[in-house]
Amino acid sequence: EFFPSARASHVPRVTLLPGASRGIGKEVLDAMVDIFEAAEVPLRFDRIEFDDDGESLPESVKQTVLANGVAMKGPFFTPTDSPRRSMNVMLRTELELFCNVVHVFNIPGIETRHKNIDIVVIRENTEGEYSGLEHEVVPGVVESLKIITAEKSMRVAEYAFQYAMRNNRRKVTAVHKANIMKAADGLFLECCKEVSKKYPAIEFEGMIVDNACMQMTSKAQQFDVVVLPNLYGNIVGNIASGLVGGAGLFPGMNIGNAAAVFEQGVRHAATSIAGKNVANPTGTILGGCMMLRYLKMDAHATTIESAVMDVYASGNKTKRTPDTGGTGTTKDFAQAVISELDAKH
Amino acid sequence: AAAMGGSAPKQFKATLFPGDGIGPEISEAVVKILHAAKCPIEWETHIIDVRSKKPGEMLVSREALDSVLRNGWGLKGPMETPIGKGHRSLNLTLRKELALYANVRPCLSFPGVKTLYENVDVVTVRENTEGEYSGLEHVVSPGIVKSLKVITRDASMRINEFAFKYARNNGRKKVTVVHKATVMKKSDGLFLKCSREVAKNYPDIEFEELLIDNASSFLVSNPSRMDVMVMPNLYGDIISDLCAGLIGGLGLTPSCNIGENCVLAEAVHGTAPDISGKNLANPTALLFSAIMMLREMGLREQASSIESSVFRVLSEGKIRTGDLGGKSSTTEYTQAIIDNLN
Ligand SMILES: Nc1ncnc2c1ncn2[C@@H]1O[C@H](COP(=O)(O)OP(=O)(O)OP(=O)(O)O)[C@@H](O)[C@H]1O
Ligand SMILES: Nc1ncnc2c1ncn2[C@@H]1O[C@H](COP(=O)(O)OP(=O)(O)OP(=O)(O)O)[C@@H](O)[C@H]1O
Ligand SMILES: [Mg+2]
Ligand SMILES: [Mg+2]
Repeated sequence: EFFPSARASHVPRVTLLPGASRGIGKEVLDAMVDIFEAAEVPLRFDRIEFDDDGESLPESVKQTVLANGVAMKGPFFTPTDSPRRSMNVMLRTELELFCNVVHVFNIPGIETRHKNIDIVVIRENTEGEYSGLEHEVVPGVVESLKIITAEKSMRVAEYAFQYAMRNNRRKVTAVHKANIMKAADGLFLECCKEVSKKYPAIEFEGMIVDNACMQMTSKAQQFDVVVLPNLYGNIVGNIASGLVGGAGLFPGMNIGNAAAVFEQGVRHAATSIAGKNVANPTGTILGGCMMLRYLKMDAHATTIESAVMDVYASGNKTKRTPDTGGTGTTKDFAQAVISELDAKH
Repeated sequence: AAAMGGSAPKQFKATLFPGDGIGPEISEAVVKILHAAKCPIEWETHIIDVRSKKPGEMLVSREALDSVLRNGWGLKGPMETPIGKGHRSLNLTLRKELALYANVRPCLSFPGVKTLYENVDVVTVRENTEGEYSGLEHVVSPGIVKSLKVITRDASMRINEFAFKYARNNGRKKVTVVHKATVMKKSDGLFLKCSREVAKNYPDIEFEELLIDNASSFLVSNPSRMDVMVMPNLYGDIISDLCAGLIGGLGLTPSCNIGENCVLAEAVHGTAPDISGKNLANPTALLFSAIMMLREMGLREQASSIESSVFRVLSEGKIRTGDLGGKSSTTEYTQAIIDNLN
């Protein structure tokens, strides 16, 4: 330990947070880890199992994620009936992961009504309707505060345009409800407009959230990069994934200045299928590939991504999970990806 | 009381706002069709001349509002909203003055109108008076804004009561409450609690709770799993437009506002200035809004007969307006519906 080898010290460490027993986190992360091992990705995983049903985010979890700078997580479960705040939200706010990115696209081999969809949903991740500031003024009257700040709005807008530039995207659409929430959503829209001026090569438009959702269901191909406040991001991300195959398929990441946390992009604990070896690990595996790119391990990312795509392109339903019309298990899918990796060798 | 379809009187009086742009043409079509279907309705027409109004003046006159309140029934064509003249918004005026607490928007796949979805048949029931539309916003310091969402037990009970009663009266099987109580524990939590409380009194109606994100995802992947949905204001705005997208846009979606003392049916599409005055507009959305009003009046036979006639005409596909890819005029389409009434 006094003289660690130079090579070993270059192996990045990644915190693994599967979440407790109620969600699908464990099984989908296991699938991802198996695939990463088969692909001989030089990574070390620090796996931490903690009670995601607790009152607060354990300090040790926070410290490990900050020390490693990178984590991969499963969805934590949030009950509706308890006053306990969502552990997912606590992680995002306490680590200041200000921006959430979800990439949704048609996967060849998965039949869907909507074709040619490739949308990146970039969402403010720490404020808005998720402030948690609520109080009962008098019995039967509740006020809930939505907070929009110029600082966070500028940051997420800046990220969206940077993302568009770096990934050869042509348009950024800011989604809002500034006709009703003139001050709050108005501020968000103003920030996006201001940032857009620095990026004349990228087309910019604003769209009211109800219209955006209607456009999503009828002409989703018009969207490229979409940037929005927290709650609208939640809704639009779920619509987008619903158009082309569902929550289990697409990757996502949460970016902050001190850490980045990767996961299945469309976040659901999916308690109803947890522990049954039927959850689709695709979103988590592709989330892992996003992480590899973040760590500048693009070659590994490409290899694994194409192995995943090959499994779907093959059309073999016994290798896919039921959410995509298959008869296979989580493990069957992981094994199929590993076979594709072996075939490539 | 009228809203809940109490004992129906034999003769009705209703207020008609023909509106601007294509409004007068499609209103005329609707009135003709209702007359041909022997709806016992006498119309009291009020022209709202938006252009002649001075800044600051209410867009809808007291007299017009009183007419709706007195009659209990109203039908409204699309109206122009002058931007930046300092008028109080038209929709806000109507909602407030007429105490229209519920907005109901059914979305139904029309036979013969091709979209990516088939067999859509869902109804959004939207709380219309509070939530994110409180208008209470506050700049805490430069660059920091807080916006207040208000949820009250009274309004939440009222809208949930309405939704379940609507479901029962209209032969619906299920009510889904759409919320985000995992994050807005107290506000959406209160709404959800009211839904649960009301649901207990309707054992004949299946009750389901769905997060807004899951609801959105289900609606675009498998809309036939949904039936009646009830939700707070903003979610209703978003979900009802999403549903309109499923069946081919606002041109086919009817809408009806329910108040304590009156019902106001309206078309949610705009004034379509590009085709106005040319006898090209499609009156279907306004007609289906009127059909909703007929059902609230208890004029069920007339409502069904008009509805089936429209379905027949559209599925034959010979006579339809330009927006649906046809070549027929408003009057030809109107006549076809009248000819197909039974
Ligand atoms: N990785 C996945 N694989 C398969 N299905 C998924 C996956 N992730 C989410 N889903 C599906 O998305 C939907 C929404 O998930 P969510 O966690 O909100 O529901 P849930 O907690 O399972 O609730 P319920 O028990 O009512 O289904 C569920 O139907 C779930 O099965
Ligand atoms: N009832 C209708 N029949 C045929 N076409 C329609 C109808 N309603 C809207 N359209 C078409 O849909 C498009 C959008 O029109 P709509 O009036 O809703 O918006 P708009 O032009 O912005 O008007 P406004 O300013 O009044 O909202 C137009 O091309 C119009 O012709
Ligand atoms: Mg859940
Ligand atoms: Mg709307």
